Amino acid sequence: MTGLLEVDKLSKRFGGFVALDGISLSVPAGERLGLIGPNGSGKSTLVNCICGTLRNEEGSVRFDGRPIDGLPAHRRTHIGLARSFQLPRPFVSLSLLDNVRIPLLYTVEARAHHSAQHIDELCHGLLREVGLADKARRLPRDLTQVEMRKLELARAMAAEPKLLIADEAMAGLTHSEIEDILTLLVRLNEQGVTVILIEHIMSAVMSFSRRLVVLVSGRKIADGPPEAVMRDPEVERAYLGQ
Amino acid sequence: MRTLPFFLISLVVGAAVFGAAVGIGNEYAFFAGYVVLQYIVLSTAWNILGGYCGYVNFGTAAFFAMGAYSTVAIYKFIADHDLYRMPMPVLVLIGGAVSAVVGFGMGYLTLRLRGAFFAIATLALAVVLQTLVVNWDYVGGSRGAYIIRPETFPLIGSYIRYLFLIMLLLAIAALTIARLIERSRLGFGFATIRDDELAAEASGVPTLRLKLIATTISGALMGMAGAPYPYYIGYLQPDSTFGLDYAVNSIAMPLIGGTTSWLGPLIGAVLLGSLQQLATVTISSAVNLLIVGCLLVAFVIIAPNGIIGLVHKYIQRKDDDFIGRRHVGLDAPAAPPEPAPSATADNPP
Repeated sequence: MTGLLEVDKLSKRFGGFVALDGISLSVPAGERLGLIGPNGSGKSTLVNCICGTLRNEEGSVRFDGRPIDGLPAHRRTHIGLARSFQLPRPFVSLSLLDNVRIPLLYTVEARAHHSAQHIDELCHGLLREVGLADKARRLPRDLTQVEMRKLELARAMAAEPKLLIADEAMAGLTHSEIEDILTLLVRLNEQGVTVILIEHIMSAVMSFSRRLVVLVSGRKIADGPPEAVMRDPEVERAYLGQ
Repeated sequence: MRTLPFFLISLVVGAAVFGAAVGIGNEYAFFAGYVVLQYIVLSTAWNILGGYCGYVNFGTAAFFAMGAYSTVAIYKFIADHDLYRMPMPVLVLIGGAVSAVVGFGMGYLTLRLRGAFFAIATLALAVVLQTLVVNWDYVGGSRGAYIIRPETFPLIGSYIRYLFLIMLLLAIAALTIARLIERSRLGFGFATIRDDELAAEASGVPTLRLKLIATTISGALMGMAGAPYPYYIGYLQPDSTFGLDYAVNSIAMPLIGGTTSWLGPLIGAVLLGSLQQLATVTISSAVNLLIVGCLLVAFVIIAPNGIIGLVHKYIQRKDDDFIGRRHVGLDAPAAPPEPAPSATADNPP
């Protein structure tokens, strides 16, 4: 069985430091996958390799049945692989409306022509979905941290992805804010988008994920149903020490 | 406003400018006006790469000179082979094509450079090209080249009027192109390159391709502005054609006017260009760079986003005041506390 995303023996080195060591991962369509691991375990590096921000030295990544090794990041977004950044990176000189307009213009519009008016409606719809509709004409600097993360998600969603990778979308947020974003991700998943959630907040990961993958110093040490993975002695050792 | 009406209106404005220059009744108006128009083209071209994409180009003079020297080369070739003289619009197109190629090449070679490194690379490009021209004897080398300007042009009168008209049309074309880019998908893509290239790629923007498009368009327009120059000046010499004035002015003008809109370079070029022409006539041409320097310092302090930015801020403050009053009500004059500024508030574009 082949999944939507197939990572095969992926390795990434920074000089002598091995950031990722032979990671293999299969994500079937419709999955809600949680990816956890201590700081520096390679979670973000894995995302960067999957999304084309970094080039992996070894191994291969297949998406939607085709190899995407060597494909530039924008092409990967184009074929349905979207991500949000760990630290929000909004386009600071563009209004929120235009922030979400960019992926629409460069991916959705490029796949099939839409009228400018239709694009406009889609932009407003996306902002409504994340609860930022009343700030559509504002600049990102007027946003609070949680709003910034919502904008980041809206922009990732705007590309109409098949797979969305949310890289620590909830760090530093309050409980109710985390609930907001979880609800959003679950709704997205119910619409058919595969979601990979990278997160430190365990309650969020446990309530969201149907499957959990644990990375420790560049290696995958566990992969399976969340409850089983959390009982895994190796995972306990990684998190709690011996 | 759509592009066609904008183009037609600017043609009318252009006709009015030409009429006014004729009305002054002094040929010098055309000589001075030509330089201002030339700077409108150059600063608009600079702004396509520098303002829209955020890539600071110090090599304006190189692109300008490539246009000028392609005209000289053609002039020599035609004189040597006793051919028909080429019409000016054709020379402009050829100059533009040559500089477009140079622009594409520069973009390709500097794709991985950003910020100050890109700026230094463009400066280096100017030096390399100047060295090439100085050692190219066919176009005069370091001695320079003489171009004999025809006395008159049919229907229009003196040849300088004709050159003025050409530059006027070029300025209109450049402004129309800049405005078209601004409102198109391309313009949005350029803005994302300026703001955050990593996020742009993640949003599906092919940043490398867009950068090449920007360097090519920007270079082509600068070359077009340079092509008629040998006929204007009569004697083309590498030192002045590759002079730093062009680079400095074409950066200063958009910065003074505002870099985010096509209007900025236009305002900056008209303002600074006219001021320089005035200073050249009344004081001396050496004072020009002093004017640029003083104005730049003043604008960096008072209006870092240019005149356009200043106006925007003023409008926005009025808006915010209005919203603030509505929220608080008339009996509570104090404004509501500002929401906590985000991390990016400290890094304005």
